[in-house]
Amino acid sequence: MTLDIKERSWTTGSDGTPVEELVVNVGPSHPSTHGVCRVIAHVDGEVVTKAEPVIGYLHRGIEKIVENRTYLQIVPITDRLDYVGSMYANWAYCRSVERLAGIRVPERAEYLRVITCELQRIASHMMSLGSTGADTGAATMFIYAFDVRERIVELFEELCGSRLTYNYVRPGGVSMDVPEGWFDDILSWTDAARNSISQMDRLFFGNFIARGRLKGIGVLSAKDAVGWGASGPVARGSGVNWDLRKHDTYSVYPRFDFDVPVGSNGDAYDRARCRLFECYESLRIVEQAIEQIEPGPFKADGIPRLLAPRPGDAYDHIESARGSLGIYLVSDGSPRPYRMKVRSPAFCNLALLPLLAEGHTLSDLVIVLGSLDPVFGEVDR
Amino acid sequence: MALVDKLGAALDSSGGGIILTSVDSLADWARGKSLWSMPMGTACCAMELIAASFSKFDFDRHGTFPRPDPRHVDVMIVAGTITRKMAPAVQRLYEQMADPKWVIAMGNCAVSGGIFYYDSYSVVRGVDELLPVDVYIAGCPPRPESMQDAVFQLREKIATESIAPGKTRPHEFLLPVPGASSGGGEAE
Repeated sequence: MTLDIKERSWTTGSDGTPVEELVVNVGPSHPSTHGVCRVIAHVDGEVVTKAEPVIGYLHRGIEKIVENRTYLQIVPITDRLDYVGSMYANWAYCRSVERLAGIRVPERAEYLRVITCELQRIASHMMSLGSTGADTGAATMFIYAFDVRERIVELFEELCGSRLTYNYVRPGGVSMDVPEGWFDDILSWTDAARNSISQMDRLFFGNFIARGRLKGIGVLSAKDAVGWGASGPVARGSGVNWDLRKHDTYSVYPRFDFDVPVGSNGDAYDRARCRLFECYESLRIVEQAIEQIEPGPFKADGIPRLLAPRPGDAYDHIESARGSLGIYLVSDGSPRPYRMKVRSPAFCNLALLPLLAEGHTLSDLVIVLGSLDPVFGEVDR
Repeated sequence: MALVDKLGAALDSSGGGIILTSVDSLADWARGKSLWSMPMGTACCAMELIAASFSKFDFDRHGTFPRPDPRHVDVMIVAGTITRKMAPAVQRLYEQMADPKWVIAMGNCAVSGGIFYYDSYSVVRGVDELLPVDVYIAGCPPRPESMQDAVFQLREKIATESIAPGKTRPHEFLLPVPGASSGGGEAE
């Protein structure tokens, strides 16, 4: 076989030597791909000219198998969607079911949902910040982040008995009331959490190396963020002030005083900083919610074991740690949904990877991927 | 290993012996106390695997140090759902590990397919359809403590193994070997 050099894509390096474009396969099992993402990176020297994410390595057919489950049986499956923040998919799903079946949720249940989901946001962002640290070579960040995350996971375990897959939010309320002294445990921990988070801020974001690695990497303009359907910290890091808790408010969020951190440069640094500041805001919401919560029923009365909403469809979305997570349900009147579609923020944000990674070095590709914070349970479903 | 192999071959005819027993116990001790692990984390269980290796649980103190490179490790911890698309990659990574090697199936998905066992069209029903599994841990996901317990159980299992030829586990290739006479077809 003869090689036809003219056929091959030769370019010239800076010193005049011919350079051939190389295709590097990153993943699906790679420590920096945050799961089972595979990226086909075309590199010119060290610079990525084209990055193509290949997804589907964790496609478990969740949207299909829920068609064989009753409405209550689906709740534990939604846990496995976004496994870093299981409460969100629970809540988004339950909101859709409640909208479909016309269920009114008691106030205490709404407060409990807000408290657990805001704690979950901190736990999820800790995972993201830890992996941002690990991507940039500061694995110590993971140890500090997991200190905070483990405390939240312990609180959840006390609440519902599970460390990761909670199955806590149910159609019509929550699965059980809080154990005695649970709110006091949270209130006695919030100051320590603030200290830990500000310590992480000084330790990592105050660090010359971290700033150098994160600033100017994966710059996303506000126009592109809106155009590509980005949401959550990815959109807010680019200066798009869009938070469903404020701008399409749901549950009892209007009763709380909190701010939405918005970045300006749209780079990996701003996205990570947005996540960090959101943790402070979540702690504020948790404290206000514990102050406002009153005794009462934690689950709506008269919800049948076998829900069979009348034919129709419903869509509802919440602000998860990754963006707007929506669930669309179609009912044909039977006890099983006819169709469930997950609008996953991680999937929409991951679509930005080819746009953001272009022109960066291969070592920055993992930072760009990490800054989008994808969770592949949710991307692949 | 050459000397050990010769020694083993000399003694294997009589089914091992006093010398090999002491070599075995030395080898098993060395292998069991420093089980570097490859976290093959695909889904939810990966979170608990990470939790097991960082603050509070601190896996390293048992000699189980996570290395994401198959060439460095002794034990592959399959944590999470393995889909049919992922299966060739898992097999390939297992092939690349150096002998002796062990596999821990962590969580219900890796054990049997778990919650996706009944009606998912894309999930492999247990990683033992692909690889020889040594220790199974149930749970969805298992706690980090049970992960540590699995390592202790694996140590006990290693303590019963021998390095004598004929008694070691036969090495079999799961995927076609590139360059082999029969092979040629790439699985990926």
